[in-house]
Amino acid sequence: MSDHKIGVYVCHCGSNINGVVNCAKVTEEIGKLGEVVVAKDYKYMCSDPGQEMIKNDIREKGLDRVVVAACSPRMHEPTFRRALEGAGLNGYLLEMANIREHVSWVTKDKEEATKKALSLVKGAVKRVKLHEPIEEREVPVTNTTLVLGGGISGIQAALQVAEAGHKVYLIEQKQYIGGNMAKFDKTFPTLDCAACILTPKMVDVGQSPNIELYTSSEVIKVDGYVGNFTVTVREKPRYINHDKCTGCGDCASACIMKNRIPHEFDEGLSKRSAAYIPFPQAVPLKAVIDDENCLLLTRKKCTLACVKACGAKAINFNQHETIHEFKVGSIILATGFDLFDAKRSPQYGYGKYPNVINGLQFERMTNASGPTSGHITLADGTEPKSVAVIHCVGSRDENYNKYCSRVCCMSSVKFAHLVKDHCDAEVYEFYIDMRTFGKGYEEFYNRVQEEGVHFIRGKGAEVAQKDGRLVVKAEDTLLGQYREIPVDMVILNTALEPRVDAEKVAQTLGISRSGDGFFMESHIKLDPVTTTTDGIYLAGCCQSPKDIPDSVAQGSAAAAQSLAIIATGKVKISPISASIDSEQCAGCQICIGLCTYRAIKLNEETLRAEINEAVCKGCGTCAAGCPSGAIKVSHFNDDQLLAQIEGVLA
Amino acid sequence: MNDKFEPKILGILCNWCSYAGADLAGTSRLRYPANIRIVKVMCSGRVEPTLILKAFQEGADGVLISGCHPGDCHYVDGNIKTLRRTPLVARLLTQIGIEPERFKQVWVSASEGERFGKIVEQMVEDIKKVGPYQKKMGDQLDVVMDEVAASAKEAAAAAEEKGGLNCGS
Ligand SMILES: Cc1cc2nc3c(=O)[nH]c(=O)nc-3n(C[C@H](O)[C@H](O)[C@H](O)COP(=O)(O)OP(=O)(O)OC[C@H]3O[C@@H](n4cnc5c(N)ncnc54)[C@H](O)[C@@H]3O)c2cc1C
Ligand code: SF4
Ligand code: SF4
Ligand code: FES
Repeated sequence: MSDHKIGVYVCHCGSNINGVVNCAKVTEEIGKLGEVVVAKDYKYMCSDPGQEMIKNDIREKGLDRVVVAACSPRMHEPTFRRALEGAGLNGYLLEMANIREHVSWVTKDKEEATKKALSLVKGAVKRVKLHEPIEEREVPVTNTTLVLGGGISGIQAALQVAEAGHKVYLIEQKQYIGGNMAKFDKTFPTLDCAACILTPKMVDVGQSPNIELYTSSEVIKVDGYVGNFTVTVREKPRYINHDKCTGCGDCASACIMKNRIPHEFDEGLSKRSAAYIPFPQAVPLKAVIDDENCLLLTRKKCTLACVKACGAKAINFNQHETIHEFKVGSIILATGFDLFDAKRSPQYGYGKYPNVINGLQFERMTNASGPTSGHITLADGTEPKSVAVIHCVGSRDENYNKYCSRVCCMSSVKFAHLVKDHCDAEVYEFYIDMRTFGKGYEEFYNRVQEEGVHFIRGKGAEVAQKDGRLVVKAEDTLLGQYREIPVDMVILNTALEPRVDAEKVAQTLGISRSGDGFFMESHIKLDPVTTTTDGIYLAGCCQSPKDIPDSVAQGSAAAAQSLAIIATGKVKISPISASIDSEQCAGCQICIGLCTYRAIKLNEETLRAEINEAVCKGCGTCAAGCPSGAIKVSHFNDDQLLAQIEGVLA
Repeated sequence: MNDKFEPKILGILCNWCSYAGADLAGTSRLRYPANIRIVKVMCSGRVEPTLILKAFQEGADGVLISGCHPGDCHYVDGNIKTLRRTPLVARLLTQIGIEPERFKQVWVSASEGERFGKIVEQMVEDIKKVGPYQKKMGDQLDVVMDEVAASAKEAAAAAEEKGGLNCGS
């Protein structure tokens, strides 16, 4: 085989690489290797002039292989592949050496870093010689979208895709959509009533001809890849015929279990029946029978008062779970957050003192359609004369979550205002730092300060009971003084945490989570909406705690991603796949059992194994198991890997 | 043992979790020893014994294989196949005189940059204790390696078969 003409380009990345790695030296050494006809270093290879340099050399010097030593290929491999293609060279004739993330950013000693960078580039040069051109596979896109989670971010995403004229399957675990926002009364910073801005959107979801809403449902399996996912959804029975139920609530009033079951939507502040309507504005506005508490479903014995009460004859105890399968082009994850369980910080007495409540409970209390009809009341039904709000419970705390939950300073200020508004009690806010970063937020904070709220800088350390009253103990860091403030009610503003089922959902969808447990984005700054799996996008608090404006913005952004792939009509999928050399295959069929995707079959005539490239994902597991060495994985074949290993260890 | 001895370690990392984890160590500017050279594969399931043996043949003092945590593999369960292969590879390496300190198989997720750095640090320390890897079989090593590679594949294959996987005749 004739010699290759390899061009090697070493990027300084400003001082990111060159500040530690001696790029000139690496370039000089690499230039001495056989078949390397061009070796250059440059300030920013990814810039226009950097890419032009590569293209010119390909054209003028006839390069047939290119090595770029720069940042991680996860960052710029597509960029440089495009540059090669721009000059008429197949993009897979490129190899990148990661001398930033894997060298300059993790190594202090300049000499060691330079040596390591040189080895990586040598490996890349050895490997690239064995590269072969690969054509990217293009597949058509299914023009439907699945949105998982019907909180404000999922609703926003679903509506935008639907408004653009495309079908959406909206899958919600609970019996209703709206998520956490549906529980609020007012929202900061403008104090709009949550229902007034959310309800119309929920109604739109219910009425949109392009949205198929599945409540009480969860995703149990995801197959396929970008443009062509098959999602399996399990819908739990509600024991109510949706078409017949009018949402009147007569079953709830008749149910034997009436006022006996703590109501989740009211955060346990009210009691409901086993047959119930989740809340007055619920979408869908249909009754549901709770199979954990219904006497008939749990003990097989009941007077069936609900059935008798239902004039529409909508109750059907013979419903079973239904399994649905949807073909979609992309998936938007909008599963939101869970509230930190304040019992995990026992020093605050949550669950012990009845007048210590959490933020969502306070939201329910202030909600006119909530358990207290909008009155802020103590456990004995009277109004509090003084209320404390403690920030950062479970947030910014090494023991629980290191991160800041971002919305609690603002919601605490909102709570203070609402207390003042509803009952004019004294309010004491215990904060570590006040974070009011959004549009109109600082202004809202200033306004509430003027309402006479006491802001005490210092984390509430403990809540105790003294002479029948609650006492908040804290170090006031501005006064440099230890304080004990007696109050009637304490609101714990707890952290926003990853959902309990986040791990399971991540595994089902094949995406990653960050260290804090939230779903991980491709790039924290430049790509906060996509995941590392093509075609799966993120919106709202499932990615990180955020307020409603940001959740809505991200919901729209995720919808734009879905619409973009629908608009192009096709997507490129990884062309990396395995193939079997029938001459070498012994027909042992070991590979068949190794492939999770069942891409390998035995050809009954030749008795040799064959791989269906359309199904193969290119993991290479089969190749590692084939005793005859008959399987070749494109771009990751034995020779390429062995050459790279030889190079990096040289 | 030898103060100046700086072991050479080959790291074979899966693209989706571990390579991203190593990238995160970089973006977080964590420092760890420069002894490791990283090669990427799409899935840890791609790692066959030949790659590991090749590394020792080329003068590596240690080999680190890393994939996604069980349950997190981008290809569902490629890493479970790695997990089954590991004890075999480890046994084989000890049989040909390669100390256990020199071979490690771990799971590192995309968010475990810090963990990745610590693993490398620990491995460098452990290998420093056993010293440089000396090819114990002299000139014949290459031949032996080839034979061993072939038998490793057979052994691995036999194991897969015992694992009750769907493979016939
Ligand atoms: C006490 C409190 C007060 C707040 N006040 C304000 C305020 O005044 N103004 C403001 O801007 N922000 C406020 N916020 C923040 C606000 O709640 C969030 O920004 C918003 O709820 C995020 O919406 P989301 O859709 O991302 O998540 P969520 O509201 O959590 O909705 C997620 C939805 O997904 C569903 N789901 C979860 N897992 C699954 C699954 N596996 N399958 C199917 N469905 C699933 C859930 O049931 C839920 O319906 C407050 C937060 C708290 C805790
Ligand atoms: S494992 Fe290898 S030899 Fe056996 S059937 Fe598959 S390709 Fe053929
Ligand atoms: S590379 Fe992976 S997906 Fe493709 S045939 Fe082999 S085992 Fe199956
Ligand atoms: S993709 Fe990471 S181990 Fe399979």
